[in-house]
Amino acid sequence: MIKPKIQRYKQPRTISEYPVGPSFQAGHLVFTNSNYRTFKPIIDITLCVGCLACYATCPDGALFRRGKKVSIDYDFCKGCGICASECKAKAIAMKKEEPGRNE
Amino acid sequence: MSKKLFLSGNEAIAFGAKLSRPHVIAAYPITPQTVVVEKLAEMVSSGSLNAHYLHVESEHSALSAMMGASAIGARTFTATSSQGLVYMAECLHYASGGRFPIVMMNANRSLALPWSIYGDQRDSLSLLDSGWIQVYAEDAQESLDLVIQAYRIAEDIRVLTPVMINLDGFALTHTYEPVIIPDQEEVDAFLPPYANPNIMDLQHPRNLGFSSTPKDNMEFKYQQHAAVLCAKDVISDVDAAYGKRFGRRYGGLVSNYRTEDAECVLVTLGSVAGTVRAVVDEMRKEGKAAGLCRLRYMRPFPEAEIAALSATNRAIGVLEKDISFGYEGAVYTNVNSALLKAGHASPVLNFIGGLGGRSITREDIRSIFEDLLAAERQRAIDPVRFVNLGVAAHGR
Ligand code: SF4
Ligand code: SF4
Repeated sequence: MIKPKIQRYKQPRTISEYPVGPSFQAGHLVFTNSNYRTFKPIIDITLCVGCLACYATCPDGALFRRGKKVSIDYDFCKGCGICASECKAKAIAMKKEEPGRNE
Repeated sequence: MSKKLFLSGNEAIAFGAKLSRPHVIAAYPITPQTVVVEKLAEMVSSGSLNAHYLHVESEHSALSAMMGASAIGARTFTATSSQGLVYMAECLHYASGGRFPIVMMNANRSLALPWSIYGDQRDSLSLLDSGWIQVYAEDAQESLDLVIQAYRIAEDIRVLTPVMINLDGFALTHTYEPVIIPDQEEVDAFLPPYANPNIMDLQHPRNLGFSSTPKDNMEFKYQQHAAVLCAKDVISDVDAAYGKRFGRRYGGLVSNYRTEDAECVLVTLGSVAGTVRAVVDEMRKEGKAAGLCRLRYMRPFPEAEIAALSATNRAIGVLEKDISFGYEGAVYTNVNSALLKAGHASPVLNFIGGLGGRSITREDIRSIFEDLLAAERQRAIDPVRFVNLGVAAHGR
């Protein structure tokens, strides 16, 4: 899967450095899209059977294949827990995020 | 070869739109604009105009569809009036903020309540702050010419702002006059195909219409302001270029008549200017130095042109079909502000007329000029007057 890289936001210095109206090249990501997560999915790889049910149902494409099993890109995981509830092998646990982790 | 047809204001707008070759038209019919969309629908169905014609369920949808089409690089046209215009008010701000160079005709009509289909200018003037360029036509020929010019202004890379062309409901939309239809090849040479760097494109994908936090949001608003101010130069360049090619010039932001040596000047907008011009000539014959300044554009506002009207002992009046309840007419507020900044010391009076479609007659205009000529002598008077109110404004 092609994922945009995080690029540092460069504050424009003059008005002409702003785009003309709200319009800019697509895929320009300045921060991760996951900082509002309250629960984090943790995969116990020893329990994972590689059925890919989680991979197929993650609404954000945050799961990716690693060998015969799966892994999570936490920069894009919003913590919805769908993967955990879809996993028949009970390999994914939802763990509460530390409060204040984004401050 | 150009040809001459006997057309109403509405039909002239439809011909102007056709000559500008829009790719997409979406509109919802409303009196007194209906003929514009009927005419365009006929042109599309007969094949004389190669455009997509979208039937939409409301004015809000019409302008939303225009934004979508504009975003993929289409030239777009829509038309509305009154309740339809205020129904699309949300989208007006979206379109200007999104910098979509849409051209729209608005048939100036009264706003409910009391319900009325007749003309006044309260619909468009209540949306002066929507970020659109606003222009007011005097006759059918100017209406046609304005559509073609509006695309060149709106699509100019320095402007990228939508344009609203206003025609007085019935007085202009439904009256007929001979109109010169320019040659299509001449229009094509004057108006290049629509090109905008900010469009959706599979090869160069872009995000359009995104949100912006307080950290950057104000800069986008500042940009809009700068673009509309910049339109002043573009408008006068386009007026000159149009005059050179088609032989008709309108004077840019304003069109003045016998103002140089005038003792009093009446500033107004729209089709009533024709009657005012006739009264100016009558008064001149009687040795009374009256003059007319017709505002063509309300946004960008012709600040310098209004300032230039200021002269010692010259009373200035503003006649408009509008009132901002509880204060004065919006046009007067704008004109007065430009005059005060220029240090104008003589009286500036506001004449509110024609609300809900009431006629403004020669006699009304004559008495306005008489009021202006007498104004210097009677300073402490209410500057806001209702023309031809019908009943006494005070008493039981
Ligand atoms: S928690 Fe939701 S977003 Fe995160 S990996 Fe699982 S399904 Fe995807
Ligand atoms: S659903 Fe469970 S078992 Fe299947 S791949 Fe995902 S984590 Fe592994």
